[in-house]
Amino acid sequence: MTTSATAPARGKIVLSLAGVNKRFGAVQALSDVHMEVAAGEVVALVGDNGAGKSTLVKVISGVYQPDDGEIFYDGKKVTVNGPSAAQDLGVATVFQDLALCDNLDVVANLFLGQERLLGPIIDEAGMEKEAWRLLRSLSAKIPSVRIPIASLSGGQRQTVAIARSLVGAPKVVMLDEPTAALGVAQTAEVLNLIERLRESGLGVILISHNMADVQAVADRIVVMRLGRNAAEFRVEEATTQQLVAAITGASDNVVAARTARSEARSAEGPAGTEGDPDE
Amino acid sequence: MSEVKETPTSAVAADMADERLILSKGPAGIATMVWNRLKGGELGTLPVIVGLVVICAVFYAREPTFLSSRSLVTLTQFAAPTGIIALGIVLVLLLGEIDLSVGSVAGFTSAVMAVMVANHGASLLVALLSALGVGLLIGLVYATLHQVVGVPSFVFSLAGLLAFQGALLYTLGDQGTITLPQDSGLREFARDKFLTDAQAYGLVAIAVAAYVVSNVVGIRRRQVAGLTPPSLVGVLVKAAAMAVGLGFFCYYLGANDARGVGYLFTFFVLLVVLMDLLLRKTKWGRHVTAVGGNEEAARRSGIKVGLIYTSVFGLCSTFAALGGLMLAGQLTTVSQSSGTTDTNLTAIAAAVIGGTSLFGGRGSAYAALLGMLVLQAITAGLNLINVESEVRFMVTGAVLLLAVAIDSVSRRLRSSSGRG
Repeated sequence: MTTSATAPARGKIVLSLAGVNKRFGAVQALSDVHMEVAAGEVVALVGDNGAGKSTLVKVISGVYQPDDGEIFYDGKKVTVNGPSAAQDLGVATVFQDLALCDNLDVVANLFLGQERLLGPIIDEAGMEKEAWRLLRSLSAKIPSVRIPIASLSGGQRQTVAIARSLVGAPKVVMLDEPTAALGVAQTAEVLNLIERLRESGLGVILISHNMADVQAVADRIVVMRLGRNAAEFRVEEATTQQLVAAITGASDNVVAARTARSEARSAEGPAGTEGDPDE
Repeated sequence: MSEVKETPTSAVAADMADERLILSKGPAGIATMVWNRLKGGELGTLPVIVGLVVICAVFYAREPTFLSSRSLVTLTQFAAPTGIIALGIVLVLLLGEIDLSVGSVAGFTSAVMAVMVANHGASLLVALLSALGVGLLIGLVYATLHQVVGVPSFVFSLAGLLAFQGALLYTLGDQGTITLPQDSGLREFARDKFLTDAQAYGLVAIAVAAYVVSNVVGIRRRQVAGLTPPSLVGVLVKAAAMAVGLGFFCYYLGANDARGVGYLFTFFVLLVVLMDLLLRKTKWGRHVTAVGGNEEAARRSGIKVGLIYTSVFGLCSTFAALGGLMLAGQLTTVSQSSGTTDTNLTAIAAAVIGGTSLFGGRGSAYAALLGMLVLQAITAGLNLINVESEVRFMVTGAVLLLAVAIDSVSRRLRSSSGRG
């Protein structure tokens, strides 16, 4: 919509990681990972199962502490020693398992940990009003916000989880597999939502296995493999084949490298024209 | 297209806009809604209230003096000390934890108080505060064991059950039994002080007024926020029922030369109301429920889970100490048998019978009050018809089993009807 209006916020790096290591016992889950997100940018984080995506998300959101490495937020070095520290910084996360409390209703879940208060009392009416506003802005199909989370469908829960990430007016939103449980229309809604987040100048980190989703909304794609940075593409210059090769490591051997070289020598033109971006 | 759709929704309150919502209006609608909730396993306090009515009916049929004013005065007064302990149990159960040591902690802390007053000449206030402090300290140690060392609550409280029973014997030393001084304020408070009629009706009036005012303010706030408010008539009907019910209760307890509503029972009820408000209306209470429902989700939302555990274990042991002190005042003595198994299991049983789920995340402070009244009614009734304590234990055991069975069945109903 009004891309030019938010343009000044763009391009400035809001969050960057350098040399992050995380071990679980004998397993090196992350080794020397670096990544950065700018305001108004969607960075997709892709990789196979066990590539370390979710671990990286948990490091950024303060659930895990990195063994080594530095996290910079707005150019300043920070230590994220807990989920509330991440929230205070302005990093909101939608976890893959959603992390909702089944015994609480939608409003209570949306504002969990960030309840609005009137003196010592929880402001239920104010929270409910804001809950409806957030849910409407996401075109959420939730009949009542006073029913326990347990009675919602998977897609509705996902919507609640995404709406929750926006409660504290964050600067960076991380979405871990946000479309995995969604129907066609809801997936499109979430992709629209991600674009809306970008337009409003937020940095978005999107984790997904769905290459179509990634190529539809991401500006940059960071590929992880076995806990390391494997490759990084601008979305315009990456084809699905290249991405899949980087994810699976199919290009990561001598044979593939030779083939690529000889192909590049023999035919300069045809390769690389199919992943044309929409812009 | 979208504008045509927009017009009708904007006229409706935000929470009523969804077309799939089944609107229930009028008494028939309310009845349908209540029935659907029950069918879905949202039993709330209904089973325990039904149980209480059945128990009263059975004993009344056998021995009409069971429901006499005097008998009810005794019943309410004797329910209070263990009820206060049960209030702490409700809190730990809300987190899905357990504290098996409340009885021993109650006995030990009351012994601390008695020794300070009787042997060391300390003032009652200092002794009471020290006993409560010891209770709090025990709770903090429990919380540390749970949070830092990672010992399950079942294990450390079982250890506490034994250890503090030993500590009780050690504190009492050779004396065995300490009797509180005749003029002790604690003794007066727990045994001899009763509300005057004016005080009792005044409290009822305050409670009803507070209920009406808070609900009217709530309705107002929802109207301002553009949400459907609950019906004012409903609130007024409930307030009237509350006024009549509580008013009759106060009248009946004071009628026929009975002594009325005791300070001790009033204190217990006030604590229950206070805990209920804390649990339902404050951030702390919301966080306790959240941690009980899904600890990991609560942690990731930035809730300081460790602090919640610490506050709950601390409060539980403090309530145990408080209940123990009241028990000591009521019995006028602290002995080697103070707060042994009977108190312990009664308090835990009361919380569960009152409808607190053993699975965490579900329960209300009123569970302590209702559950304790059920157990005390059974005890009093069986005493009245001259049945010995062996039958009482068996009956109490059966009631406890029934309560847990109801909890489990309603949990299954909830998950099959999508109510969590």
